[in-house]
Amino acid sequence: MNPPLNASQDGGGHGYSGVPRWLYLPAAVGALFVLLPLVAMLAKVNWGQFIPLVTSAASLDALGLSLRTSAASTVLCLVFGVPLAMVLARRPFRGQRLLRAFVLLPLVLPPVVGGIALLYTFGRQGLLGKSLELAGVQIAFSTTAVVLAQAFVALPFLVVSLEGALRSAGNKYEAIAATLGAPPTTVLRRVTLPLVMPGLASGAVLSFARSLGEFGATLTFAGSLQGVTRTLPLEIYLQRESDADAAVALSLLLVAVAVAVVGLSYRKPARQVAA
Amino acid sequence: MRATFRKAAALLAAGALAAGIAGCAGNGNPAGSPAGSNASAAPTLSGTLTVYAAASLKKTFTGLATRFEASHPGTKVTLNFAGSSDLATQISQGAPADVFASADTKNMAKLSDASLLDGEPTNFATNVLKIAVPPANPASVWSLADLAKPGVKVVVCAPQVPCGAATEKVEKASGTTLKPVSEEASVTDVLGKVTSGEADAGLVYVTDVKTAGSKVKGITFPEASQAVNTYPIATVGPSKNKELARAFIELVIGSEGRKVLADAGFGAP
Repeated sequence: MNPPLNASQDGGGHGYSGVPRWLYLPAAVGALFVLLPLVAMLAKVNWGQFIPLVTSAASLDALGLSLRTSAASTVLCLVFGVPLAMVLARRPFRGQRLLRAFVLLPLVLPPVVGGIALLYTFGRQGLLGKSLELAGVQIAFSTTAVVLAQAFVALPFLVVSLEGALRSAGNKYEAIAATLGAPPTTVLRRVTLPLVMPGLASGAVLSFARSLGEFGATLTFAGSLQGVTRTLPLEIYLQRESDADAAVALSLLLVAVAVAVVGLSYRKPARQVAA
Repeated sequence: MRATFRKAAALLAAGALAAGIAGCAGNGNPAGSPAGSNASAAPTLSGTLTVYAAASLKKTFTGLATRFEASHPGTKVTLNFAGSSDLATQISQGAPADVFASADTKNMAKLSDASLLDGEPTNFATNVLKIAVPPANPASVWSLADLAKPGVKVVVCAPQVPCGAATEKVEKASGTTLKPVSEEASVTDVLGKVTSGEADAGLVYVTDVKTAGSKVKGITFPEASQAVNTYPIATVGPSKNKELARAFIELVIGSEGRKVLADAGFGAP
């Protein structure tokens, strides 16, 4: 009974749209609320200086570092987030709700708090940092610290997206595959992951975008040095002190990169999920 | 059941009534007498004064504002502390400040160039750099030259902010080249890296070392005199409360203000 009903609701673009006309006004206000500040920023850009400002050595270092660290933190999120989402979605256990609440905590925590927590974990005087330093690994003031800060704030995005996808996909196909004799790892590889690929992709994109925008935890935990820990948001924060034009130009660059990343990969999964 | 409910309701009602009466009496007094006595003592000095001050002035200006309110009853001082360049930007964008106290002359000049000041700014304090190290001094830093030793994790301010500009000046004047592990956007971030033990040393202001108390150890170095930061204060042009603003500035530059600032480690202008 249920599947056909769902399909007709999601797939039907024709006929009943389900949006009362009066909703359009607050929806338009909401859209303006987000778009207007971007327009205001565009209006402030010093276009004559735009190219030199965004191609200065400091800007390029910051952009390159941001892209590299965000990619690395997205990989970290995939490596640890996919198993975490699987466990949360598929295996009820005692304390599961509590674990989920804690995994999602970075979503609502101010990033500075995340930075302080990471400092007391991986810092020189931290919980793990002391042993790491004895082993010759120094995380403070390194690019690794930036990646850790980004992964910390981005992980929940991947877990939430993937867990949602896993739950809505159900485990019918997995059960059938298992009855046909497929071992759990094969089921995961051949059935589960392809089934939730759109959710996984959008989760990874969100994680990447969140990593790109990470500021507070990085500032608190990793420091700020050109080419090593000074990512694009930190460079913008610093430029704001002395050169407002550079700060605006770099902000626009960051917005453009984020829109490109989210826009490119967000459209496709949305359609596949609906279909 | 019903009886207890009624009793509770009666009690509640009586309580509300009593609170109401007390409230009336409470409201009546402040509105009546003190306001009247103010008017006769200092007719012009009343209202709210908004002071925008550099973050490094937080402790001293909070104390001075309390003194000001005490000696001018009926006035209220609202303080806004942030980086000087942030404050200058906010004021030039129309923020309702009456007084601006900057940690450097550069940001004050931004406002005077934009004709946003009432009269000339007055210099009221100076600040110099000091080396801050964790209490145990793990890298045994005793001089500016020690900061350049290999393996010492030094954190400084970025050249874009006043404390970083001072650091650059000191480096140039002394011929020392520092290889910092981080260049922070504010002096408080530098101090934070030292107090948390992440860094072996940091270059901050004398006043920051004093504020941090026992959490850091301060090391004075002679080269610091090469870069003295001057703090100017001025009335903001569009202020609607210029008289009150001037009275506050008098307090800051007067003997009382001088003592409070000196206690915090600031030098005389």
